[in-house]
Amino acid sequence: MTTTRKIVLDVLKPHKPNGVDFATALAQLSPDYHVRLSVVEMDAKTESVIVVLEGKNIAFDSVSELIKKMGASIHSIDEVEVHGSETI
Amino acid sequence: MIREKDKQLLSHIYRGKKIARRYMVTNGFDGTLTMLGMMTGFYVSGTKELGVAINACLGAAVALFVSGFSSAYLSEKAERQEELRKLEQALLIDLEDSHYGDASRYLPLLIASVNGLSPLSLSLIIVAPLFLAHHGILLPWSPFLVAIAVALICIFLLGVYLGKISRQFWLWAGLRTVFIALILVATILMFDI
Repeated sequence: MTTTRKIVLDVLKPHKPNGVDFATALAQLSPDYHVRLSVVEMDAKTESVIVVLEGKNIAFDSVSELIKKMGASIHSIDEVEVHGSETI
Repeated sequence: MIREKDKQLLSHIYRGKKIARRYMVTNGFDGTLTMLGMMTGFYVSGTKELGVAINACLGAAVALFVSGFSSAYLSEKAERQEELRKLEQALLIDLEDSHYGDASRYLPLLIASVNGLSPLSLSLIIVAPLFLAHHGILLPWSPFLVAIAVALICIFLLGVYLGKISRQFWLWAGLRTVFIALILVATILMFDI
């Protein structure tokens, strides 16, 4: 059994929801989630953001589903931190 | 407590509030003036058959509802689809299952309902004196005159509401819309045959 402790995602999102609402929605997926979002590029209709998500065991599927539901798309998974069972 | 996911969708719907408000006033004004015109017409022509007048007004009210609902739905649906398509092109993804997709389905329905119900409800309020008189309730004046007075009050209130939105003096905003209604009444009286 492994646990995903950290994921860094490159996300392309529309301007709405804004960064605060976007990060809040992700953080509300689980009480132990810690989300950091930084905007790296701004366009007329979209913005590229780097989302750093940390938690005890991140459920990537629900994170990815919520990101899609908010009208954004994951461009790449830039960094992942997974712990083996003995580290739990 | 509203979940964050639902809040996202609600924020999209909230964006439609201004459009719905505009439609409510525009079509409400439309419906009220139509009823005012009909009531003035019935009054100057000396119509005695209240049943005929009620049916004519109800027919017009339903027509205003159908016209308001369908025209707003079709135009809003087209606008939302276009907006969604442009955003899809920018993001290079399908947004049908996103909050944007949900909003493009629900917002036209919401706005169309406001656009349809606004003239219908105002028309029913204006026709109410005719109903009352038809069911034997005595009114101080002719039911058509009472209906005209109710229509003028509705128009005044719509003006006051517009004044509130634009932060103008409420009385002036209300009187301005009543003035438009009086021009309508005067025009109908001029064409009395």
